[in-house]
Amino acid sequence: MIKLTSALACALLLANITPLPTQAAERPSDPLASPRWGDMEKGILSGATYVFDARVKVEAPDTAENPLNVPITIDATGLSDVKEILVFADFNPILEILRFYPDAAPAYLGFRVKLQQSTPVRAAVRTGDGVWHIGGTLVNTVGGGCTAPSMGATSPEWQKRLNEVTTRTWNEGPMSGRLRMRIIHPMDTGLIPGIPPFHIESVVLSDEAGRPLARLEVSQPVSENPVFTLNRGSTTGTLNARGRDNNGNTFNVRIPQ
Amino acid sequence: MRRFISIVVACLSCHAWAADADYHLTPLAVADGVYAFVGEQADFNPSNGGNIVNTGFIVGTEGVIVIDTGPSRQYGEQMRAAIARITPKPIALVINTHHHPDHFLGNQAFADTPIGALAGTRKGITTEGDAFAENLFRLTGSWMSGTELKAPDQILQAGPLKAGGRSLILLAMKGHTDADLAVFDADSATLFAGDLVFNLRAPTTPHAHLEHWKDTLRALDAFMTTQRVRVLVPGHGPIARNAAPIAWTRDWLTWLDTSLREAAADGLDMNETLTRPLPEVYRNIPVAGAEYRRSVGHLFPAAEAGALQPNN
Ligand SMILES: [Zn+2]
Repeated sequence: MIKLTSALACALLLANITPLPTQAAERPSDPLASPRWGDMEKGILSGATYVFDARVKVEAPDTAENPLNVPITIDATGLSDVKEILVFADFNPILEILRFYPDAAPAYLGFRVKLQQSTPVRAAVRTGDGVWHIGGTLVNTVGGGCTAPSMGATSPEWQKRLNEVTTRTWNEGPMSGRLRMRIIHPMDTGLIPGIPPFHIESVVLSDEAGRPLARLEVSQPVSENPVFTLNRGSTTGTLNARGRDNNGNTFNVRIPQ
Repeated sequence: MRRFISIVVACLSCHAWAADADYHLTPLAVADGVYAFVGEQADFNPSNGGNIVNTGFIVGTEGVIVIDTGPSRQYGEQMRAAIARITPKPIALVINTHHHPDHFLGNQAFADTPIGALAGTRKGITTEGDAFAENLFRLTGSWMSGTELKAPDQILQAGPLKAGGRSLILLAMKGHTDADLAVFDADSATLFAGDLVFNLRAPTTPHAHLEHWKDTLRALDAFMTTQRVRVLVPGHGPIARNAAPIAWTRDWLTWLDTSLREAAADGLDMNETLTRPLPEVYRNIPVAGAEYRRSVGHLFPAAEAGALQPNN
């Protein structure tokens, strides 16, 4: 924690806390002032060492017009040695949204999420030293997100196209290195009586040699027909994406550069 | 100090009276026997009580045809009272142009008269009406008190319709929703376009299909010429005496469609698309920013899906 950037130091001063990881005696106060933070600390972080860190950027609209499809962008590229990014929402009935392991990829991820009500959306970023760096933003919603049936559950369309993957990569210009991937899946939460949870569980991106570029563990709150935005960093050539849902349906596709 | 107190008291009484709030509906004569109530160019909010819409009525020899009933029971009641100040004739027919809440939630005030709509509109009102009403309660507050769903009880078809002694032509179209009705009054050459046409106010798109909508605008343009339409009443925004609002709506939809496809092709995600600046021409258009952001939510996923490619 010696390599505090001035931006971080500034954020910590603003939050009126000391720029040190948590000790039992002294806990940082939540910059988003969420009444649920105490529960998040215990339930999600399980008492691990953490800091609020302005280098973890979580971007979302202040007001989400459609709570079933709230765009979230996580950018932790300001931190080095990122091992894992855990994204969660304090007030969602299912707290965990996804875990992202940017093995050989930059710590950058975009996707969309279903929110039940107005809530902080946070990214906890674990670096190699075991410390969790927390960033977040508040999203106001009109409510009803997670308990509304996904359109897919009632439409027979997805049954024919389940786990169909479409992708595109950008190799030049301002979006150079970007990879976008869409998977057809209803992403049922299991919160609606009679509709069991049915969701993508894992996605693994690897390079031509089979080396993992990035891995995702996906939970129910990710929106129907998930779209992921990643950056391939310096990895060139054809990529492979394989994944599986909680019912054992799989996909395995090649993504040309 | 005394003056200060009286202002405070006046404001308190505003709030106390909000339960029977006054929309100050004043009929605007737009043609012979044809009137419109022109709403504010804004989002739904507690100060306008949802009066952001244009409604209207046509006085025939035997009765009155009402076109859309506004966002609440109280709007409908006040509209009916305003009509009665113009003519003692009975209401012959109420028409809901489409299933958006600001166009039919005043139906309760006309419960004793026939209320007609396209089959798709009636279905939309029945399935989504309660959710719309709930949302308007949240956005406007007590203006909505007493408002309950009253679905149309007559199914209207495209074509000529005689009502109240007046000759109408109904145009059954789609694009703004799956069932959009435009109402043409032949005697006065007035076209009530519903939300197929917006004028200098950003179009709303929660149920829009842009290709269908643009086809419909072409058809409306042709209709304007063949029927020599003299007055065009858009669903939102100022009334016109030419086809300019049709072009204005088409320009917005074309820009929206093109810019969402471009954003998707350029690799932008939804957050990046949301924060793109509006073109200069739309910066001073009422609620343009808010409607653009809503439209990104409604329409960007399809634009994005179109920009991605299958793999194997
Ligand atoms: Zn409408």
